[in-house]
Amino acid sequence: MASAAMEIPHSTFHIPHFFQAMSEATATIEEKVTDEEKAVVRPPLVLNKRTMGWISSYISSIVEDKTPRWWWVSMGVTVPMTLMCLSMLAYLISTGVGVWGNNHPVGWAWDITNFVFWIGIGHAGTLISAILFLTRQKWRTSINRAAEAMTLFAVVCAGIYPALHVGRVWMAWFLAPVPNANGIWQNFRSPLLWDVFAVSTYFTVSVLFWYTGLIPDLATIRDRCTSKIKKFVYGVMALGWRGGNRQWRHYEKAYLILAGLSTPLVLSVHSVVSFDFATSVIPGWHTTIFPPYFVAGAIFGGFAMVLTIMIPACAIYKPLHDLVTINHVDKMCKIILLTGSIVGYAYLMELFIAWYGGNPYERAAFWYRAFGSYWWAYWAMMFCNVVAPQLFWFKFFRTHLVWVWIIVQFPNMGMWFERFVIIATTLSRDFAPSAWGMFHPTWVDICTFVGTFGLFTTLFLIFIRFLPMICMFEVKAVLPEADPHHGEAHH
Amino acid sequence: MKNSAGNPEAPVFGVAAEFQCARDLYHAAEKIRDAGFRRWDVFSPFPIHGMDEAMGMKRSLLGKIVFLGGLTGFLTAVTLEFGPTSFLYPLIVAGKPTNLFTVPAFFPIMFELTILISAFTAVFGMLIMNGLPRLNHALFNWDRFKKVTEDKFFVAIEAGDPKFSERSVRDFLESLGGTNITTIHGD
Repeated sequence: MASAAMEIPHSTFHIPHFFQAMSEATATIEEKVTDEEKAVVRPPLVLNKRTMGWISSYISSIVEDKTPRWWWVSMGVTVPMTLMCLSMLAYLISTGVGVWGNNHPVGWAWDITNFVFWIGIGHAGTLISAILFLTRQKWRTSINRAAEAMTLFAVVCAGIYPALHVGRVWMAWFLAPVPNANGIWQNFRSPLLWDVFAVSTYFTVSVLFWYTGLIPDLATIRDRCTSKIKKFVYGVMALGWRGGNRQWRHYEKAYLILAGLSTPLVLSVHSVVSFDFATSVIPGWHTTIFPPYFVAGAIFGGFAMVLTIMIPACAIYKPLHDLVTINHVDKMCKIILLTGSIVGYAYLMELFIAWYGGNPYERAAFWYRAFGSYWWAYWAMMFCNVVAPQLFWFKFFRTHLVWVWIIVQFPNMGMWFERFVIIATTLSRDFAPSAWGMFHPTWVDICTFVGTFGLFTTLFLIFIRFLPMICMFEVKAVLPEADPHHGEAHH
Repeated sequence: MKNSAGNPEAPVFGVAAEFQCARDLYHAAEKIRDAGFRRWDVFSPFPIHGMDEAMGMKRSLLGKIVFLGGLTGFLTAVTLEFGPTSFLYPLIVAGKPTNLFTVPAFFPIMFELTILISAFTAVFGMLIMNGLPRLNHALFNWDRFKKVTEDKFFVAIEAGDPKFSERSVRDFLESLGGTNITTIHGD
């Protein structure tokens, strides 16, 4: 496919009226012309002319075939990591939150850093499933399922931290909107309570969205199953789906509504997370730029994680390259470049306002960030998030998978550093020098964090083994033959 | 030779036919609509663009139901926030008022609960309107129908339709280009 054709947006996917008029005009002369025009106007989303049958058989075969050896090997690494995470949490609960390095003055340290890091990663999944759906970006169909799964698993990892950092976990129910043991009600005007509602709503809606998308594909697996147990399990999960148009019409409506609900939701979640900081009166946190800057950063880091897991998945299941094409990777790299540049702009704007605002505490906070004891974290953040993604201006780096995979590791790291910089540098310098102090992680901090990667990967491995990782019915719907007027010169 | 599926002793669910592509199904639907049938459906591996019009159906009502769900979520949040803050346990935090003027600080939770209940309404409303979940259906008695989730397209006209008669519906589906025309029985 010529590169010029790739640049043409896919909004022309459903042959628009002007094109129909054009084909009517030319059809009388020669049929061939319209075919060529079609090829120019819309590059195929699925390569190698794969059929509907192929899509079903291949995607389902990943679930149906014997468990491959690499899966067991990977699980052999990630399951012990998960167990390490869980035993660290058990140790924390049984001993006390002091096993982490949090102490005065840095009371929010790695736990909140890791919480914001993981929750941010989830945002790309919802962006792909909701916002790209509403904007009719048909290319999303082959990546949305895996990205949504990633969202859920990232939120699971994120949820661990706020729940556990409260110290006495058995008191976590104080967060629920019921009067607590002392008859005291929650403060509904606190950003921390907003966060409880935002994150739990986000998780719940993401599960609903994901499962709704899975129903027709679970029916595909149900109908292909040979073993009785599998047939029963997938049959129950598919809820009796039959694929009638009287079902599809409500289904499509529900999906559209969920996309419409998730779009403001995903923007709100990281905005609310940023309110945890922005509504305080702490220098370095009390800034109005936080909500959009956090959302852009979340999408930036999330897309990096989508590529981090999708590139290896497609390398293992090679025919997936016909569905998740180089064009997809190219587009995701462009989104990373865009959001990375927004994040870079926010960093510079923060610095500018710190200087221009004339508040000596604010100015000192930012001076300390860049040149204080955490200078290495600040410049690591700057390099990873602002400088490294600029390589994606070059098509070479956007289209060579090994390079893409290497480059997206910088946003992954950089976004962790960003949260650490925001939290640790600000807290370690209180207003009075007597309240200054540094944060040092303990081995429990480190093992818990490393363990969450194990948990995330384990959940993802279980997902690709037991559920279709590509949304089959949506990919079928973007094939040319899915158009009810396919092959008709006149309509 | 008459094809049938399911238990031949059981009452007839309807007559179904197979089509090979979305285009044929679409045109068959237009003709069935014009013939005046009411209890029938087309089945496909994916939603077909424009099929609602081809079947002569109106927009799904789901949107209006979800609006009510969203309203419920919003009112829940209003009650949940003003109840304790203004009446049950008024507490002045950060100098914020406890009366109506505190509403900007209430927006995030109002928003989240509106979204939450709307999403539940959308999913469960869709399932209820679709008659799901259910464990079995007469159409699953037909072995070929398994292909509906893969790459085949089907039409079924139900015995409950006022214009239904097995003989004429079979001929009608055949005239539309349907293949493997089969009478589906229940269990």
